[in-house]
Amino acid sequence: MASENKKILLDPMHINNPITLQVLGICSALAVTTKLETAFVMSLALTFVLVLSNVVISLIRNKIPSSIRIITQLAIIASLVIVADQLLKAFIYDVSKQLSVFVGLIITNCIVMGRAEAFAMANPPGKSAIDGLGNSLGYAVILIVVAFFRELFGSGKIFGMTIMQTVNDGGWYPPNGLMVMSPGAFFLIGFIIWFQRWISPEIQEEN
Amino acid sequence: MELLNIFLKSAFVENMALAYFLGMCSFLAVSKKVDTALGLGLAVIFVLAVTTPINNLVYNYLLKEGAMTWMSPGMAEVDLSFLGFIAYIAVIAAMVQIVEMAIDKFSPTLYASLGVFLPLIAVNCAILGASLFMVQRDYTLAESTVFGLGSGVGWLLAIVALAAIRERLIYSNVPKPLRGLGITFITTGLMALGFQIFGGIQL
Repeated sequence: MASENKKILLDPMHINNPITLQVLGICSALAVTTKLETAFVMSLALTFVLVLSNVVISLIRNKIPSSIRIITQLAIIASLVIVADQLLKAFIYDVSKQLSVFVGLIITNCIVMGRAEAFAMANPPGKSAIDGLGNSLGYAVILIVVAFFRELFGSGKIFGMTIMQTVNDGGWYPPNGLMVMSPGAFFLIGFIIWFQRWISPEIQEEN
Repeated sequence: MELLNIFLKSAFVENMALAYFLGMCSFLAVSKKVDTALGLGLAVIFVLAVTTPINNLVYNYLLKEGAMTWMSPGMAEVDLSFLGFIAYIAVIAAMVQIVEMAIDKFSPTLYASLGVFLPLIAVNCAILGASLFMVQRDYTLAESTVFGLGSGVGWLLAIVALAAIRERLIYSNVPKPLRGLGITFITTGLMALGFQIFGGIQL
């Protein structure tokens, strides 16, 4: 039992990662990763929504008629996202401004819907909570790795602290503009996928 | 002129898929064949062009602060904008359902080709994203219609182009760990790089 829970928690980190293996939730993952700060806050917001939505949906899973389950799930998720958005606006307004529409887009973040549909609808609340936590962590790991490289090479900073003084500020490091723009994010995720599948050949695709 | 500008900007410069990463899940999942990509793209254009203006009306006449004064002057201080997310997603889910039923009734052939994609669209981030951007940028009704249409066209262009590349890609010898998702990401990155040339275009 304990090992099963551990598997539910740890699988999404690497061999069943929501972003690089299940191809879920890429929409927001790429857009908020120009800085570590926004990536971190976004991961927290997603963790909050995903764990709670998994628990709530799992609690009422036997009462949801299957014909209207999508809209029921959407209503639950949207309410949770409103709570998360209001909390962010109340306590860290600056970051919430930078995240702009992407907090709202957690509603249509396929991770939340996907886990609700694939896991919470068929499992008890405890396990669903662990599954939610595991998948949020898997999401957070990718976000933070991508944001780390984008912020370090794109603007020479980590968490807003200058590591490599850029040329514009009179330092020696010419910032790599590609990292800040969207192609940089695509390339980085591509490389992460490459690396993951190189160290674990069992998750490679056929073609 | 202003409207044309919004159209070009939303279709090319601020391409939903390549600049804002919206609708990525279906973008990557449904881009293996040009035919299916085209079907999904058309459905997205259609739903975007319908839901963005409707959500504009919902925002301006129901949710915005003081928006409900047309019902009674006493409601001038009601601000329901925090209900935005749930209202927009409800409109989108309902519209998708209605559009699906309407297409089924009036054009069975179109339904056969689009039908399977319509339910997918309700959870496509591009649709909700367009509504949220519309609110953030304070577009008028006409502007939001054009914005919805333009974003849809841009998304269709991107997904059809990616599908065409992926169709050819099967013939190439990609390193094993990179096959499938990995090479798709890198291809998309190169396409996004290509789309950067539209940056700064203005009429």
